[in-house]
Amino acid sequence: MKFLRFSLIVILFFSLSSLNAEENDKRNKITKNLRCLICQGQSVYDSDSEFANSLKILVDKKLQEGLSENQIYEYFKTKYGEWILYDPGLNKNTYILWLLPILIFLIGGAIILKSFIVKK
Amino acid sequence: MKNKILPFSVIIFFGIIFFIFYKGLEDSKIYTPDINTKKEIPVFNTKEFFSGENVKSSIIFEIDKIYLLNIWSSWCVPCRQEHPFLMNLNLDNKVNIIGMNYKDNFKNAENFLKELGNPYKEIFTDLDGTIAIEWGAYGVPESFLIYNNEIIKKYIGPLNQQLVDEINLFIK
Repeated sequence: MKFLRFSLIVILFFSLSSLNAEENDKRNKITKNLRCLICQGQSVYDSDSEFANSLKILVDKKLQEGLSENQIYEYFKTKYGEWILYDPGLNKNTYILWLLPILIFLIGGAIILKSFIVKK
Repeated sequence: MKNKILPFSVIIFFGIIFFIFYKGLEDSKIYTPDINTKKEIPVFNTKEFFSGENVKSSIIFEIDKIYLLNIWSSWCVPCRQEHPFLMNLNLDNKVNIIGMNYKDNFKNAENFLKELGNPYKEIFTDLDGTIAIEWGAYGVPESFLIYNNEIIKKYIGPLNQQLVDEINLFIK
C-alpha cells in the first residue's frame, strides 16, 4: 500500500513537471520571436529590461488565458506594430524580402543552365 | 554579340543589388514608433494608488473630456525633470492629468509626490508593467493625450516646454 501511494505521488509529480516544461518551451519560443523594443538587437527572451520582463509576464498571462501562439503575436502586433516580431509575415512591405532570394536563385540557376547548354 | 549580353546583364543585376543594399546602409536602424495614429484606449482593471481599491478603466476615462495619461515612477530620473511641466499644465485646469504609477514602491512614490507636488487628478498603479504594455508603452516616462476614449497623441520620453505648448494647442 505504501509503495502504491509512493509510486502514485512520483507519477503525479513527473506528469506535472512535464506539463510545466511544455508551457515553458512555448513561452520561450514566443519570447525569442519578440523583439525587445527598448534594447534593440535583443529578443525579449534575452533581455532583462523592465520592458522585456513585463512582456514575459504578459505572455504567461495570455498563455494561461488559452491564447495560441499566433493569437499572442497578433495581440502584440496591434499594440506595437509588425516590428516587434522577428519573423515577419508576407505582406506588401516584406514581399521583396521573401521573394528576392528565390529570384536570385532562379536567375543564378538559369545562368548556370545556359552555360551548360552553350558548352554542349 | 550573344556572349556580351550575359555578362553585361549580370553586372547590371549586381549593380542594382549593390545600390539597394548601399541605400539600406544609410537608413536609420533605430525604430521610431508610430505616434500619430488614433487608437482606442485599452480596457483594464487596476488599483487606485492611495486607497488600493479596485478600479475599472471605463470609470477613469469619460467621454467628451480631454485626458493626459502620464506614466511615471519615483525611481525614474527623467520623470523628475518633467514633473514641473505637469504641475504647470494642471494649473490651467483644462486637461485632466491621470497618473499611472509604474513598477513602484508605494512609500517612495508617495514621497515623490510630497516633494514635487501632485498634478494628478487620479492615480492608478501598474505593479508588474503589464498595463503599460496594454497601452503600447515603451517605458517611463510616457504620456498619452486622450479624447473620447481615443489616443490622439503619444509622447515618448519626458515632456518639455515645446511639447506642453503643443498639448495646450490641442486643448484649445
